Amino acid sequence: MDWVNAAVQGILLGGLYALFAVGLSLVFGTMRLVNLAHGDLTVLPAYVALMLVNAFRFNPFYSIPITMVIMFVFGYLLQRGLLNTIVRSGDIPGVIVTFGISIVIQNALLLGFTANSQGLDAGSIENGSIKISDRLAIGWLPLIIFIMAVIVIAALQIYTQRTKMGRAFRAVSDDQDAARLMGINNKHVWAVAMGVALLIAAIGGVMMAIRTTFDPLLGSQRLIYAFEAVIIGGMGSSWGTLMGGVILGLAQTLGAQAFGSAWSILCGHVVFIIILAFRPQGLLAKTVTA
Amino acid sequence: MSLLEIQNVNAYYEDFQALYDINLKIEEGDIYACIGANGAGKSTLLKTVAGTVIPKDGHILFDGKPIDRMPAHKRVELGIASVPEGRRVFTSLSVHENLLIGAYRNRKGPWTTDAVYELFPLLVPLAKRQASALSGGEQQALAIGRALMANPRLILMDEVSLGLAPVVIKRIYESFDTMLESGCTILVVEQDVQHVLTVASQVACFLEGRIALEGPPSELTSEQITAAYFGV
Repeated sequence: MDWVNAAVQGILLGGLYALFAVGLSLVFGTMRLVNLAHGDLTVLPAYVALMLVNAFRFNPFYSIPITMVIMFVFGYLLQRGLLNTIVRSGDIPGVIVTFGISIVIQNALLLGFTANSQGLDAGSIENGSIKISDRLAIGWLPLIIFIMAVIVIAALQIYTQRTKMGRAFRAVSDDQDAARLMGINNKHVWAVAMGVALLIAAIGGVMMAIRTTFDPLLGSQRLIYAFEAVIIGGMGSSWGTLMGGVILGLAQTLGAQAFGSAWSILCGHVVFIIILAFRPQGLLAKTVTA
Repeated sequence: MSLLEIQNVNAYYEDFQALYDINLKIEEGDIYACIGANGAGKSTLLKTVAGTVIPKDGHILFDGKPIDRMPAHKRVELGIASVPEGRRVFTSLSVHENLLIGAYRNRKGPWTTDAVYELFPLLVPLAKRQASALSGGEQQALAIGRALMANPRLILMDEVSLGLAPVVIKRIYESFDTMLESGCTILVVEQDVQHVLTVASQVACFLEGRIALEGPPSELTSEQITAAYFGV
């Protein structure tokens, strides 16, 4: 039964990793930008929510929609004001600039909020669980996070497949120059894509902040998990990203169950490397890059 | 007033000058053909009109208003649509989605997906197919249909016949009539002179970045054209 419990926790954890990862994948897909600041951009909304909760004294769940809007606007402006200038100049400038943004965010949060761990108190739901048997219980919060991940990915799928802006995302990803000739303002499309990516990061970031504590330096670790989830699942596939997150979560919790909790994170990385070695395009890869 | 007027345009790629002091006027309802050898500057001229190449000096007037500094995507809003060289269809999108992207700017006019399917019935059974799976001729029809979806006043076609079978080229040139009827003016760039001269109302022959010969095809002899084409 302990194994079943570990597996269930791993799947639910995977939902959280997927929430961190889809934004990374969306940004890479639309503008071929490797956003090294994405991890920190999932930490930032936790502090935005913290400020909102301190100011208005409401349940942190209410801060989620407000934080989503703030992060969308922040992403749009970040893209238009800074990142658009380097999108077309190859991989290296993007890596350097987003690495710089990562450092700026970390240090700004350290200055503003110190290195102490913070938490968001959502009341009794944090510890509530559905008891299946004596040794298996599913926490409400992890379950809600997982369900949200599924909803977010389904919504993103509908958005990119069925809406005009989603079509523009894909057209710009296929051929930037041809897209301009069709009347698409690439700079606006990229900015919306970054806005949507950070809006999703806000959901994951605040949910994680409710679930556990957070500090300004968590970003790099989350970035690695997000990368691993995207690569396991395959670039360009949102459901693949969810699957990648679940596999990573399972590897960590089952690894902890098998070898002890100290081995948890290493087991995740090992499974990632095995999949990378045998199926470098990812499990559900849709696009084959020539 | 001319629909498109190009005044003293000089254009460069880095240090290389591609266009020297180009002047031309295109009237509404023209089929204006730019012909010339590889590297003569005709595609560059098209790009200065589309907005992907910004001329160093000179002016481009569309409907009397200067557009030479306007970004490419805004020119589509004015009614300048492109069929780019190499077709450049969006390969991961379906045929139908490619057409919808053409209508991104929501310009009003006669062209809808239904009208395009009527013009190119070969696209109908392919509507749901991914554009990467299409043959060259099918992709060219799609690229033209996609440009028409913008309901353009001026449609820019770059090397539409390149790499296509003669029967397909014929069908594409036949579609020009329907486009003219819908109110489009056509600016076409071609290396293959024969077909285009049968439909064009005006022709400009480019040689090393300059216009060597200009006029209605009916008033030009094939000797003149050959001389201007090869610069002999």
